[in-house]
Amino acid sequence: MIWHSVLFALFAALACGFAAMVVISSNVVRMAFYLVLSLSATSGLFFLAGADFVGAMQLMIYVGGTLVLLVFGVMLTAQQQFVNMLPSRSEFLLAGLLGTSMLVLLASAAFSVPAWSGEGPKAAALDNAPRTSTPLALGLIGLRVDRDPNSDEPLAGYLLPFEIISVHLLVVLVGAAYLARTRVTAGSLSQLPPGGFDPDDVEADPETAEPQIAETPSA
Amino acid sequence: MAPTINWALDLLVGWAGLSVAPDAAIGYVLAALLQVAIILNLAAAGALVFIWLERKVAGRIQDRLGPTRVGGRFGWLQTLADGLKLLSKEDLMPTSADPLLFRVAPYIGMAAAVAAFVALPFAGAPHPFVAQHLDVGVFFVLAVLGLEVFSIILAGYSSASKWSLFGAMREAAQVVSYEVPLGLCAVVPVMLAGSMDLVAIGDVQRGGIWNWHVFNDPFTLVIFAVYFTCATASVNRAPFDLAEAESELVGGFHTEYSGLRWSFFFMAEYTSMLLVSLLAAILFLGAWHFPLPLGLTGDGWLGSVMGANVASYFGNLLGLLCLMTKGVLSVIVMMWVRWSMPRLRIDQVMTTCLKYCTPLAAVCFLGATAWQAAFPGGLLWRPPAPYVEMTNDEARMTKKEDAPSISSFVIRASSFKPEAHQ
Repeated sequence: MIWHSVLFALFAALACGFAAMVVISSNVVRMAFYLVLSLSATSGLFFLAGADFVGAMQLMIYVGGTLVLLVFGVMLTAQQQFVNMLPSRSEFLLAGLLGTSMLVLLASAAFSVPAWSGEGPKAAALDNAPRTSTPLALGLIGLRVDRDPNSDEPLAGYLLPFEIISVHLLVVLVGAAYLARTRVTAGSLSQLPPGGFDPDDVEADPETAEPQIAETPSA
Repeated sequence: MAPTINWALDLLVGWAGLSVAPDAAIGYVLAALLQVAIILNLAAAGALVFIWLERKVAGRIQDRLGPTRVGGRFGWLQTLADGLKLLSKEDLMPTSADPLLFRVAPYIGMAAAVAAFVALPFAGAPHPFVAQHLDVGVFFVLAVLGLEVFSIILAGYSSASKWSLFGAMREAAQVVSYEVPLGLCAVVPVMLAGSMDLVAIGDVQRGGIWNWHVFNDPFTLVIFAVYFTCATASVNRAPFDLAEAESELVGGFHTEYSGLRWSFFFMAEYTSMLLVSLLAAILFLGAWHFPLPLGLTGDGWLGSVMGANVASYFGNLLGLLCLMTKGVLSVIVMMWVRWSMPRLRIDQVMTTCLKYCTPLAAVCFLGATAWQAAFPGGLLWRPPAPYVEMTNDEARMTKKEDAPSISSFVIRASSFKPEAHQ
């Protein structure tokens, strides 16, 4: 149907346009904003293709994840208001080189798919695949769409690799929390007064303390 | 819906000797416009009613009358007066603000709140009242709900005001934390129903109040309480409204906003309040089903009197009424909580989430799983799940006779014996 092509072109143009804006813009938060729009347009493409699960996943993980990126962008770079990032010429060149080679790689991969260029089994075979998340979940326990369940070859499910990756992620998260914690020894907590510190009472460390210029004129 | 519109159009232009194909584009465009109009008007009318209701509830809780004059006896046109006042206010923007983000921020929140309604069903089988029937409805609604926080963070950042930025950062920390227990709570009804489809989740709770997920077992009762707390926090309502905190941050993220743009933030807030309330009703409170099995559906006694199609449509209308009643009641509970509880401190908000809600949700999830394994059919009578027709028109049209359907796949899965392959 022509409407699908029109909508596809619309969403694709939005995704590409905002992706270009990410590169062109020099303000951190605007970049993140354009990235959000570009990723949302990509999820629109998924919804258009009937892949609701992947589309919602895109919204949840990538668009939602950009939120954290945005917050960290503000927190870690905001020395003054509305930071502008101006890359040097060598950085520009390097990034351009990397981006172009990536584009060439992806384009050649895309054009080498036989079903898309009219050769090989036409996309009609793909249309017949059931369009729900049920086969995806069944794939986890070993009943895969791409295999014949009545054949004798062993059916390897995705569940074990999936669980291993999940546990791995959990370990990484615990490790990150362990590394980022405040280092408090058993003794130092009990020395705190019940109401917390009074900043004026704390003796300054002579190595890190700022020189007290303010007191010199009065002395 | 689109084929129905095309069929009606075909009937209409048939007098002039023209015809409309059942898959003509005009049906799709009209169906989309109609659904968008209904959803937008639900959001707008909802905000109109809820703002008035908020004033009334606040008044009653504080031993006042609330609005009494505008529009007659109960002051029911108060929101319209508010709207006129907001329209006539001067539209201000700080000179040091980021103009693009400052302007665009209110609309993002509104768009996210309204977009989630696209996948929210208002009545169930066999022809659900839903704009786009997704088989991962729960997931979609939660994903879109999480996008609303962008508007608050962008508003806070682009205002170039420290109060706004403080509010935005608090909101970011709060929403990112509360998404964890919220997701854990939403998983439990998904597990009980065996589906992420909101229509299917609603329809397994048919047949009476004892089949509602909230009363399925003691664990789901706790899960519902945790869900309600987290939902209140995720839509930024008191006692979790640290992002505004007018006593410390002036107005929080909307300090620099005025007039119509300011009102968009509040339209978004009331719309998402209704959204999480309707989601709570669908996930836990029996969705569109009446507490007692009255049989007012196509397969009940009404179906044999009026004919199955008319009866199921009539039943869906009643179900819509039932769902909206449940949603509005839980919005009122949110207002009641807002005017009864003091605002939490940021560390208390984090403690509530990480030390109470998340472990409680995790433990109750395990408990509900064990209960489901012990009593898979529930304790009391449960009617069989009805047949739900997918409204994904495009999928229906492209379906071929020889294509393996989903049901055949599931049947193969259920007859699949692992030992045969060893």
